[in-house]
Amino acid sequence: MNKMESMSGAKALMKAMEKEGVKQVFGLPGGANLPMYDEFSRCDIRHILVRHEQSAAHMADGFGRVSRKPGVCFATSGPGATNILTGIATAQADSAPMVAVTGQVPVAMIGRDAFQESDIIGMANPVVKYAFQPRTAAEIPETVKKGFFIAETGRPGPVLIDIPKDVQTNESEMIFPDEFKIQGYHPWADPDIVNVEKAIDMLLHSEKPIILAGGGTIISSAFAELQAIAEALMLPVVTTFKGKGAFPENHPLSLGPIGMHGHAEANKMMAEADCVLAIGTRFSDRSVGTFEAFEKRLKIIHMDVDPAEIGKNQTTQVAVVGDVRASLRIMVKLLLQKQIKKTEENTWIKHVKETKDYWKENLKLHPGEMGAAKLLRKLRELLPKESVVTTEVGQHQMWASLFYDVIQPGTFFSSTGLGTMGWGFPAAIGAKVAKPDVPVVDIAGDGSFSMTENSLATAVLEDIPVIVFLLNNSSLGMVAQWQRTFYGRRMNGVEQNHCPDYVKLAESYGAQGIRAQSIDELDKAIKTALSSDVATVIDIPIDPEEDVLPFVAPGTSLSDMILPS
Amino acid sequence: MWAILSILVENKPGILFKITHLFRSRNFNIDSISVGVTENPDYSKMTITTYGDEKQVEQIVKQLDKMIDTVKVEHLDEHKTVYRELSLFKIKLSNANDSMEINKLANAYGGKVHDVKKESIMVELTATPDQIQAFEELAKPFGIIDVARTGVAALQRSGA
Ligand SMILES: Cc1ncc(C[n+]2csc(CCOP(=O)(O)OP(=O)(O)O)c2C)c(N)n1
Repeated sequence: MNKMESMSGAKALMKAMEKEGVKQVFGLPGGANLPMYDEFSRCDIRHILVRHEQSAAHMADGFGRVSRKPGVCFATSGPGATNILTGIATAQADSAPMVAVTGQVPVAMIGRDAFQESDIIGMANPVVKYAFQPRTAAEIPETVKKGFFIAETGRPGPVLIDIPKDVQTNESEMIFPDEFKIQGYHPWADPDIVNVEKAIDMLLHSEKPIILAGGGTIISSAFAELQAIAEALMLPVVTTFKGKGAFPENHPLSLGPIGMHGHAEANKMMAEADCVLAIGTRFSDRSVGTFEAFEKRLKIIHMDVDPAEIGKNQTTQVAVVGDVRASLRIMVKLLLQKQIKKTEENTWIKHVKETKDYWKENLKLHPGEMGAAKLLRKLRELLPKESVVTTEVGQHQMWASLFYDVIQPGTFFSSTGLGTMGWGFPAAIGAKVAKPDVPVVDIAGDGSFSMTENSLATAVLEDIPVIVFLLNNSSLGMVAQWQRTFYGRRMNGVEQNHCPDYVKLAESYGAQGIRAQSIDELDKAIKTALSSDVATVIDIPIDPEEDVLPFVAPGTSLSDMILPS
Repeated sequence: MWAILSILVENKPGILFKITHLFRSRNFNIDSISVGVTENPDYSKMTITTYGDEKQVEQIVKQLDKMIDTVKVEHLDEHKTVYRELSLFKIKLSNANDSMEINKLANAYGGKVHDVKKESIMVELTATPDQIQAFEELAKPFGIIDVARTGVAALQRSGA
């Protein structure tokens, strides 16, 4: 036990965060968190000011996904707190580590509809991993320690700490504990070796085995293990969209993401496989289509850190509960001991390669110079492989899935669970804070970028130079595509009509704006952006009618793809 | 399948909300619920009964188990468990004989009679939900004015 010291709750909060290694927070002040803000001038934590609290949460999220340490966001009570909710829900849906700290009205005012009071604990509970509301200053150090622990262990997620104003100002003798107990929290389970053996056996005895790597593979950084197993057993690898880039997408065994907007070859092979090793995935409907069609044909081996995921969406034959990296390590070890290694000479792998080659050559692409595939391949060509890419939500996101190959695992992030427009740009800023030495690019659509474009102010004033790769179709493209496909071309509420001018918009914030209307101009623009030290928006006008294809319509199975005609 | 779940939770405000919210948000159903503090005031025990197929019940247990405020979650085996629910029935008295008949019925089910008035009688019954159901069926012809039920409380038998 450490020695006691007397200080205010707000000061204890800063101290406790410093002990957790927090170097910066993203936020916006208000009456109910002023005591905490006052402490920023007396500690080493950098405060990064945002223009809207939703962006603070997305920045913390982006930081958390890249660094695997909880990103921290700050908001005042009431509207500040409700503004960060979308960001919290986004982190929860994608299992991103985050700690959100909100101010609250003083304890005695809670429940009396005081000015800027909101029951943020009640509102946030369904979308957080855990929520705390310390009622005395003395609780703060242990609360912070528990909060960070919960946010980053097991299946990571967002934790909310809501601190009443008087709890921030009250002085107390503080104990900063090194240890604590949370009785009902068991983030680690040791993977069961017997089940790993069963899994190997099942894979060896199936004719068309495949690996499906989900976001959990990225969260636990199980890249080397995944590759070792794929290569040892000659298993083709598909990913969920959230798992995109868990396996190098230029690897001969890689087929890319499956799902609604997955690669044709990935969906085809997934639909033909007879056994799947599913790693760190929740079998989302966007990935597997209808659940029934999926589990009917397949033997499923499911590895996940969260026991509640086993059997939630799919019936499995073998389940391995535990950190997926630990589980895969056991598998690698067993394969080595048993000296199991498969050769390339099998009909399944040959078929997989032929299918992949076929689709690489025969998928019909947009004929124009500024078709999405060409633009994203140009970006890939010019970006160093360690660059971090985030995306917004829409067609551009799915084109990124199809045409931007992730080569270094774990460098691609997207809002795939909640599908939050406006996530990518602030998340890119958070990512750049976590990894200042690599280029960070947000692949954006004009609709999404409009939602959080005011983060340009943060990027410029706080000197966080990220690149916005804006595929500008002057519309809410993905919705437009659905209206063209499913609603008889009745286009309602989707047009954005070239407003604003994103080059001028960027410039008005003091950022760099470049318009690229040909591949040559794009080439130059990307190079300029990469070599400049200010945030850059590359506005790329594209055909508003270009569709994302192939497409698995909702409620159908992976074998029913709509293909470009 | 009818399932009895015994859930030990930290005795903190807001937990009942979180547990019931979990049922709602995951599209599960609560058939009955009862809560009381345990011999250790740090904990409360909830007994929730629910319906679902085996897979569903397993999923409910896992989701409950995952909650940080739940200390222990058990799916109790009905045959190895003592489970009881308290119910109160207010029953109409129309004929001269009704009171005697209802008294007999209550006795047969181990119930107690309270608040005997000219036009109504109250029966307290502590039994399994099935038995309470059976009693209700038999009491119906007299005319049931009102019912209140507590939800099941359950403990595993020793050595079970
Ligand atoms: C906050 C939010 N509101 C609405 C939606 C529904 N939605 C999904 S994609 C989309 C259009 C996205 O437009 P844009 O960002 O311009 O990308 P594009 O599809 O044109 O590439 C919309 C409105 C959403 N995902 N998130």
